[in-house]
Amino acid sequence: MNSAGVDSPLLRCSDLSKYYGRQPGCIDVSFELWPGEVLAIVGESGSGKTTLLNCLSANLEPTSGTVEYAMRDGTMPNLFDLGEAERRFLMRTDWGFVHQNPADGLRMAVSAGANVGERLMAVGERHYGKIRHSASDWLERVEIETGRIDDYPRTFSGGMRQRLQIACNLISAPRLVFMDEPTGGLDVSVQARILDLLRGLVSDLGLSVIVVTHDLAVARLLSHRMMVMKDGRVIESGLTDQVLDDPQEAYSQLLVSSILQV
Amino acid sequence: MKQENFYNFAYLDEQTKRMIRRAILKAIAIPGYQVPFASREMPMPYGWGTGGVQVTASIIGKDDVLKMIDQGSDDTTNAVALRGFFELTAGVESTTETSEASIIQTRHRIPEDDLTEDQVIVFQVPIPEPLRFLEPRETETRKMHALEEYGLMHVKLYEDIATHGHIATSYAYPVKVMDRYVMDPSPTPKFDNPKMHKMAALQLYGAGREKRIYAIPPYTDVVSLDFEDYPFSVQEWPDTECGLCGATEVYFDEVVTDDHGGRMFCCSDSDYCEKRRAAGHTGKQPDQAAEV
Repeated sequence: MNSAGVDSPLLRCSDLSKYYGRQPGCIDVSFELWPGEVLAIVGESGSGKTTLLNCLSANLEPTSGTVEYAMRDGTMPNLFDLGEAERRFLMRTDWGFVHQNPADGLRMAVSAGANVGERLMAVGERHYGKIRHSASDWLERVEIETGRIDDYPRTFSGGMRQRLQIACNLISAPRLVFMDEPTGGLDVSVQARILDLLRGLVSDLGLSVIVVTHDLAVARLLSHRMMVMKDGRVIESGLTDQVLDDPQEAYSQLLVSSILQV
Repeated sequence: MKQENFYNFAYLDEQTKRMIRRAILKAIAIPGYQVPFASREMPMPYGWGTGGVQVTASIIGKDDVLKMIDQGSDDTTNAVALRGFFELTAGVESTTETSEASIIQTRHRIPEDDLTEDQVIVFQVPIPEPLRFLEPRETETRKMHALEEYGLMHVKLYEDIATHGHIATSYAYPVKVMDRYVMDPSPTPKFDNPKMHKMAALQLYGAGREKRIYAIPPYTDVVSLDFEDYPFSVQEWPDTECGLCGATEVYFDEVVTDDHGGRMFCCSDSDYCEKRRAAGHTGKQPDQAAEV
């Protein structure tokens, strides 16, 4: 963690607000994300987590505030001052986005190999053999049998689809990955494998991650730092263990005490 | 019997022709870009070449000589019907000879003979959007064209190789025009793709149902997409020659000649084949000419 880039944050979000008409999505959110850091955004449904994530990943234009991102050339422009072409280029090279529903992030009508290889082709790789080799390599890394490289994602189980989606995102060696409930809708044993996989990949690749979840266990396992949101505002933030073990705000205390004890 | 003509010249009214000509001019100015236009209802069903007919109707003049081909042939239903349409509504001269024509409207094939600077070739296009089957949203495909995001096109070719071991797309094979727009030459067989590259004639594409016109100006670079290790190649018929005229390096039709498994290959370009036979070339089954 003593590379040169560590002197400055990877992403800086300042006074970000998003209103849908008069209805607030998120209000005055500010934070910094550092290289190699995993940040969890937790809160109940409707607390503005997903709105915030969509603003950060430039899918939604915020009403006010800025999101600055440290480009590979060392500059740190506001995402919304970039052209759409540049933002979309970031999205398929330097960033990843893991959707809750894998069908949103995959092309269900093309094979697993083509899904994984798409980013390579998008940045100009034109050698079939190399694309296929990287694709099967990545399938292996996410624990999908390489023999299924030509199968369609619709023949995959929910857990496999999610792992495939992760491979699709990581093949371009992104520096920042956004995740929206990456284990939502999966049963617990599958969840555990995916979390295990994500944890391994994040530390191996030194990824920065912003993960949105309502599941505090996911936050505990994956993240270094977390922010608790309620009604569009960040009400508490800090180291994950600190927030979960000693929540200060009443709402955070409620959230932590609502975890089912088995 | 000459039917009396109650139509405006070439069927369309003059304002419509002007609108279509403006779209054509824009298409020529931005090679490979799909220009939307206000496609009209034509007195024939979609899929019969309503786009090509509107383009032809907008550029045809009294002195033009029209050739109409369908699958390379001048005498198939579509070609005969559309030739009759323009004979009736425009009263222009028509021909089956490629070299005689000033406008050639085609479905599928580009004639085997090289076209010249004095000619225009009009294509009937069913689906102008090369990205359509990979990305169904028109809003998204337009954005992808605008931002030159063409990785998806190679996903399709990748799928071909993964499934068939080679690029199995044999028609509507995507091309890149002037190193900018990816274009669908649909439904031309890929055999004809190399002819589009630096062609002397102006190429106009009309899609009636989809309401799009696009164009390739003369002498424009047209490159078929491929992979480094799976380069573009055209269909080949090894050891095959035209049963009628003996031609070899052409696009073939396979014709069943009897009920006992008899068959032969012959040129799909009927004018090319006839000219060769007139010049004395013969194939191995010349007696089948009347059947074909």
